[in-house]
Amino acid sequence: MTESAGNKNEDCHAANGVKAGRNGMVKNHHHHHQCQKQEEVYHAACNGELYSRPFIESFEETPMLVAVLTYMGYGILTIFGYLRDFMREWKIEKCHIAREREEQKDFVPLYQDFEDFYTRNLYMRIRDSWNRPICSAPGATFDLIERSSNDYNWTFEYTGRVVKDVINLGSYNYLGFAENTGASATAAGEVTVKFGVGMASTRQEMGNLDRHEELEKLVASFLGVESAMAFGMGFATNSMNIPALAGKGCLILSDELNHASLVLGARLSGSTIWVFKHNNMQSLEKLLREAIVHGQPRTRLTWKKILILVEGIYSMEGSIIRLPELIALKKKYKAYLYLDEAHSIGALGPCGRGVVEYFGLDSKDVDVMMGTFTKSFGAAGGYIAGRKDLIDYLRTHSHSAIYATSMSLPVVEQIITCMKCIMGKDGTTIGRSRIQRLAENTVYFRRRLREMGFIIYGNNDSPVVPMMLYMPAKIGAFGREMLKRNIGVVVVGFPATPIIESRARFCISAAHTKEMLDRALDVISEVGDLLQLKYSRHKVLPSLDRTVDEE
Amino acid sequence: MAAGQQWVLVEMVQAFYEAPAYHLILEGILILWIIRLLFSKTYKLQERSDLTEKEKEELIEEWQPEPLVPPVSKDHPSRNYDVVTGPPSHKIIVNGKECINFASFNFLGLLDSERVKLKALSSLKKYGVGTCGPRGFYGTFDVHLELEERLARFMGTEEAIIYSYGFATIASAIPAYSKRGDIIFVDEAACFSIQKGLQASRSFVKHFKHNDMEDLERLLKEQEIEDQKNPRKARVIRRFIVVEGLYINTADVCPLPDLVRLKYRYKVRIFLEESMSFGVLGEHGRGVTEHFGVNIDDIDLISANMENALASIGGFCCGRSFVIDHQRLSGQGYCFSASLPPMLASAAIEALNIMEEDPGIFRLLQDKCKHVHKALQGTPGLKLVGEPLAPALHLQLENSSGSRTEDLKLLRAIVDYSLDRQIALTLARYLDKEERFLPPPSIRVVVTVEQTQEEIQTAAQCIREAALNILKR
Repeated sequence: MTESAGNKNEDCHAANGVKAGRNGMVKNHHHHHQCQKQEEVYHAACNGELYSRPFIESFEETPMLVAVLTYMGYGILTIFGYLRDFMREWKIEKCHIAREREEQKDFVPLYQDFEDFYTRNLYMRIRDSWNRPICSAPGATFDLIERSSNDYNWTFEYTGRVVKDVINLGSYNYLGFAENTGASATAAGEVTVKFGVGMASTRQEMGNLDRHEELEKLVASFLGVESAMAFGMGFATNSMNIPALAGKGCLILSDELNHASLVLGARLSGSTIWVFKHNNMQSLEKLLREAIVHGQPRTRLTWKKILILVEGIYSMEGSIIRLPELIALKKKYKAYLYLDEAHSIGALGPCGRGVVEYFGLDSKDVDVMMGTFTKSFGAAGGYIAGRKDLIDYLRTHSHSAIYATSMSLPVVEQIITCMKCIMGKDGTTIGRSRIQRLAENTVYFRRRLREMGFIIYGNNDSPVVPMMLYMPAKIGAFGREMLKRNIGVVVVGFPATPIIESRARFCISAAHTKEMLDRALDVISEVGDLLQLKYSRHKVLPSLDRTVDEE
Repeated sequence: MAAGQQWVLVEMVQAFYEAPAYHLILEGILILWIIRLLFSKTYKLQERSDLTEKEKEELIEEWQPEPLVPPVSKDHPSRNYDVVTGPPSHKIIVNGKECINFASFNFLGLLDSERVKLKALSSLKKYGVGTCGPRGFYGTFDVHLELEERLARFMGTEEAIIYSYGFATIASAIPAYSKRGDIIFVDEAACFSIQKGLQASRSFVKHFKHNDMEDLERLLKEQEIEDQKNPRKARVIRRFIVVEGLYINTADVCPLPDLVRLKYRYKVRIFLEESMSFGVLGEHGRGVTEHFGVNIDDIDLISANMENALASIGGFCCGRSFVIDHQRLSGQGYCFSASLPPMLASAAIEALNIMEEDPGIFRLLQDKCKHVHKALQGTPGLKLVGEPLAPALHLQLENSSGSRTEDLKLLRAIVDYSLDRQIALTLARYLDKEERFLPPPSIRVVVTVEQTQEEIQTAAQCIREAALNILKR
């Protein structure tokens, strides 16, 4: 029960025999000769027999001084925000905000003032970190269109220059299929010329092509399930199909940090939604027991069914769902599991089949497997896969099949070619080698960042690497400094993350070569020293001094 | 200080005797009450029944959920799709037979256009297929910006915003502006994506009868009376009217000038959904605002999808910057979803080019619509629903058999008959249990510029024969 993840490499790990806490976390006091003063929390797998490989996740606590300074920073920004609003109101400062029409001045205002406070006063200052336009394929490098602003980001002009070969650490291009050359692009090109791009009809009417059916069969065989159905938009796959699966009288148990599409789908279904703590199986079990024992809140009727919504990899945290424990729970309490593998399909597992393969589990245990084609397949759209009766029901009752235009054929072709490549059906080993390269890149990148002293969240195997920035000014500064040195990164702040936990998020790709990663790491270290981002109090020995080889 | 204390005690005892009786009784009751509360068992609001662990385990064992999905019968009408092989253009191969396409929304015939295909191909060669990210994170390409600018210029508005999925466009736009507590007046015949947008917004929704301006005015007057009762609340509740330019379910046009008049009279904003009328109505294809000559700034938001006339994928919203810019941070389908593949955006730009170069195409489409409308009149047993200038018409049964499944079977038989004779038609599909006001079953007939006079005559003839054969009672 208290078997920790057999993590012999790291120096600070849960020693065998230490009792796991109530929520599976083991508090460590490092007694190693590199003595830390701060406690650190490691998520160690507590049911050793369920996990066939070490499950190492870490979410280092925010250092106290940093938290205080961050709050102070936001406080100062808020004060200045009020001051600037005041000055704008009294026309002391020129106002760039778009205004309502004269003829409609006496209408009820479209936006409340406080809704936009954050947008006007905080977001605007660092707005140039987002929506950066590019003009090439979003591969390992891209070409960025340069913009400049004369009025502090209220309006942008294009300087006319293009910054070439910026290393791309922001796009979700895990297996490197976002390319304009290669088998998939050629196949898509042929289909474009032959079939055109539009469909102009829904799946149930005149928009169901044989290629769509072929794609669905391929997806089903890729995942090892009976049947699958594909949709044109990943977001819409969730928001349109969860209402078909759950309704009034059902209970949805949703993870705290679920994506907006899952939350919207749950809301639109009309079911009761209970939220459990992020990736916390004890919290989930408590809710399940309460639901079954006590039934619906006021009427005490039993719930019709219980649906658990989770994701494979959470892209803001970099954490991987604890699937073995979750499946054990689901079987015990007879709930249904909806797994959203938007980020994990293609990126995890020795053959790229996602988080189910990563843990060595049976895909038949997951009732509804959902995923998107945007990330690892370099296309667009989503799919749902599972048993045949589930998919037959969705074919007749899904909102998307009835009201939404079917997928464009070049996109379908791209997915088919990439999937065959990953499965090895095209006769090459490109897919296999890319998956391996992604895994190597991930482990290497994470280890180097840890060694440098940054705080990295998430699982050691997740290709999404969030690096903590905390302070609002550093969000903008980090993005700009990295761009100056020709590296494109993604920074996220409130409201996508909690207010003091803003971060930079790196997405590793199989297309990144070791030289690119090394260059990126050197630059990150340089900028990290410049902006004092190396917050971590946990020292990791550089690999040369390790006694045992990494897996 | 013993004397002082004693003195206080004497005072107290004296006060005790001098106090009125009711006062003493009240205090006595309060003291007794406090003692009772102190000693009574506390109870929680949600009574936790004292189940033992064993009982809980038994409950957990016994509980059986419903199956995840109910079984679908083998002869469910939408279980087996018609399979199209080959490109979905004017001559379409359905279930192995080559037919003339009267079912795809390919109004301007641009699905087949060589120019569009080549432009998409060159875009593919430059950018690849996918964008691998949402607009905020390196998913903004120069083609997206170009398309937005072109659409805004074409429609004559300040700004436009594109979505990667037609359905998600209006379904994300409505909840971005209208929140809980706001009021939306919507037509009964609104399409499903509008209904989903209304549901996601959690606002009060008031339906008015289809195209009935008096009913709408009645609702607005009622709301005005409510406002006068509570002016403070009325000052913060936003109001919207959501209508479609050309309704997809009933194939008629909304009375836009009347709506604009009502807008200024009752201070409501108008959201106009133009998926069917963009690229169809108006002298230059700008939609129902051009058709009626209404100033486009009077409409707060116009939303359309690019999947019908523009023969691409995706959707857009256009309007003043004041309105549209808000969606860049609060449109869910925009912020949290990957952007439109650049080749599809390039295809849309090229389609726009074609539309701008040759405005005669809209006149041509209008003429064809009139032809088809005339040709389908007087079909025995079927009534034609829709205006002469609507490109997507409905054929409903004149006399319903009373059961929807029976009606659907009859209509499907007519469709099969036509497919055998190489005319591709389709049933209009709805989600029976979810639609607010379920339209009656019908066959969808779509007009495109590529259909010739002979083809229209053949199709009308075929439908007439089918109706005669199948609907004879």
